[in-house]
Amino acid sequence: MMLHTICPVTSVEHVGPNIIVIGFRSPEIAASANAGQFLNIKVNETFQPLFRRPFSVYHVEEETVKIIFQVFGLGTQSLVAKQLGESVDVLGPLGHGFRVDDNFETALLVGGGLGVAPLPLLTRQLSGKKNIATFLGARTKEQIVPSFLENIQTATDDASLGFKGTVVSLLDNYLKVHQVRKPKIFACGPNVMLNALGELAQRRNIPCEVSLETTMACGIGICQGCPVERVQQEKKYSLCCKEGPVFDVQTIIFPNAQH
Amino acid sequence: MPNTEVTIGSLKLKNPVLTASGTFGYGDEVKELVDGSKLGGIITKSLSLKPRDGNAPNRIVETSGGMLNSIGLANIGVRAFIEQKLPYLRELDTVIIANIAASTLDEYCEVLSLLEHENGIDGYEINVSCPNVKEGGLNFGTNCDMIAEITRRLRPLTTKPLIIKLTPNVTHIADFARSAELAGADAISCVNTFVGMAIDIRTKKPKLSTVTGGLSGPAIKPLALAKVYEASQAVNIPVIGIGGIMTWEDAIEFLLAGATAIQVGTANFIDPTAGVKIADGIKSYCEKSNIASVTELIGALDAKRDNSILSSWL
Ligand SMILES: Cc1cc2nc3c(=O)[nH]c(=O)nc-3n(C[C@H](O)[C@H](O)[C@H](O)COP(=O)(O)OP(=O)(O)OC[C@H]3O[C@@H](n4cnc5c(N)ncnc54)[C@H](O)[C@@H]3O)c2cc1C
Ligand SMILES: Cc1cc2nc3c(=O)[nH]c(=O)nc-3n(C[C@H](O)[C@H](O)[C@H](O)COP(=O)(O)O)c2cc1C
Ligand code: FES
Repeated sequence: MMLHTICPVTSVEHVGPNIIVIGFRSPEIAASANAGQFLNIKVNETFQPLFRRPFSVYHVEEETVKIIFQVFGLGTQSLVAKQLGESVDVLGPLGHGFRVDDNFETALLVGGGLGVAPLPLLTRQLSGKKNIATFLGARTKEQIVPSFLENIQTATDDASLGFKGTVVSLLDNYLKVHQVRKPKIFACGPNVMLNALGELAQRRNIPCEVSLETTMACGIGICQGCPVERVQQEKKYSLCCKEGPVFDVQTIIFPNAQH
Repeated sequence: MPNTEVTIGSLKLKNPVLTASGTFGYGDEVKELVDGSKLGGIITKSLSLKPRDGNAPNRIVETSGGMLNSIGLANIGVRAFIEQKLPYLRELDTVIIANIAASTLDEYCEVLSLLEHENGIDGYEINVSCPNVKEGGLNFGTNCDMIAEITRRLRPLTTKPLIIKLTPNVTHIADFARSAELAGADAISCVNTFVGMAIDIRTKKPKLSTVTGGLSGPAIKPLALAKVYEASQAVNIPVIGIGGIMTWEDAIEFLLAGATAIQVGTANFIDPTAGVKIADGIKSYCEKSNIASVTELIGALDAKRDNSILSSWL
């Protein structure tokens, strides 16, 4: 059920350099959001910026929904300036989240940078039911946000925390050393990372779902602005907002990448 | 209670607010959020004979107060529309207008004829103005003779209202409006998107895969308003105003400039209920201003400049 609601802001936390977690009250979204789904948020009452901004559902606590973001431009600047009690206009929960009902035993959660965003809710959905191993990668340790996650390993470009290198190499090394029972990879992050992860998953024959980002105007399937190219599907493109943002990595063609 | 009804040819709209083609999907995508029956009408995404994949990403870019798109008429095709989408639209208590796009004259005729056999379509809007397709598209819309030819060919195929949707990417839109009227159109829609572009200065690449695309949203409102004013001065058939209408105030401006009805486009992406809110706003405005019928507003622009307001504080 997709909702259009005005939600009071309940918390604004700075959790890293320019990394913010905002909570707002929406009992309906809190009750119905699945991991990997997103919200399309109108950041202020004007038409500047024009589009809503999409953010993954980061976490849910009772009647509160949280998102995590890095301050980039006009949209995120408007959001970070929100005071407690002010409201945001939210469409959500939108899109298809991760599939958690299939036959796997170990969930390998992989987040690159703020691609960590959908993982806490996923952890909550899987915790106690599946084995979970979480792999976080970022440029530096300040950009690693480990909250609400289980069994974490980290990789940083500058070796300031954990493994020096990419999170995909970290996972590859892990799989070389550990016997993992019936694994499935769940991932979110930059396209280059997801593309590399897709290759690893194919090489090791592990199912892998990834959450993609595209520019979005509506977020609800009416503008046709968010195509994701598919491999051998009936249609050449799927809409990221409606048929995604989560896709089986082997069914998509990343921009500028060949399968 | 003010009367908010307007007429477009033989069509009665309960209020002057339609959703613009390509900005409201096929209606069913938003059924959980919007009561389509509260709109004056719904115009479908452009339908082509065969399904179309649309252009490669990137298809949309946000610009100052606007958006560029190069969707490329991605649509499920007229047959799938009839099977999958029309049953839902038929149930709504509002006017349904099918928008048709094609790359040849015959194809326009074929799509219209297929729809003509179905219940639930109240009229047709002919897209001769899409800037984002290689064949047809803008080539049709920027040639007066072509517009006349398309209208003449389609006219005998239906008794329902035939609306020609014009491109603003011409010097004198009045000429194109007149061509459509003379050839038998019941109304014209004014306007489609303006050709525009955006460049990523880091990569030196265009932000759209097609380099240029169509600009819509608040940024085009003054441009579109001028086109509506010009076109409505030139013809006796109704002009449906489109371009950057985000609020009821914007809609009133278009009515005053000469539009009989208006279409809400890009605003639907920001708020799918924008059309309903604009319809409500127009009604309240009439109520508060003691306007008995919204038709009193159409073309009621007082073009003589009144300097008294300025001088009152000088
Ligand atoms: C389904 C989905 C879920 C998302 N979830 C999250 C999330 O949980 N947390 C989060 O921080 N972001 C998320 N994003 C991306 C988020 O929408 C952008 O960060 C946001 O739109 C930036 O808005 P802005 O107005 O601040 O920046 P803009 O003014 O739009 O852009 C400013 C600069 O930031 C860069 N930028 C814009 N968007 C992105 C992006 N997606 N990735 C990298 N750089 C970008 C641009 O290149 C530009 O130079 C998600 C996107 C999608 C499609
Ligand atoms: C994403 C998008 C898709 C569109 N698709 C169509 C279309 O299929 N057929 C058509 O006639 N116009 C199409 N249009 C043009 C709109 O119907 C409208 O004429 C234009 O956007 C200007 O109005 P606005 O500023 O209110 O959006 C599209 C516009 C946008 C933004
Ligand atoms: S963002 Fe509009 S269709 Fe996906």
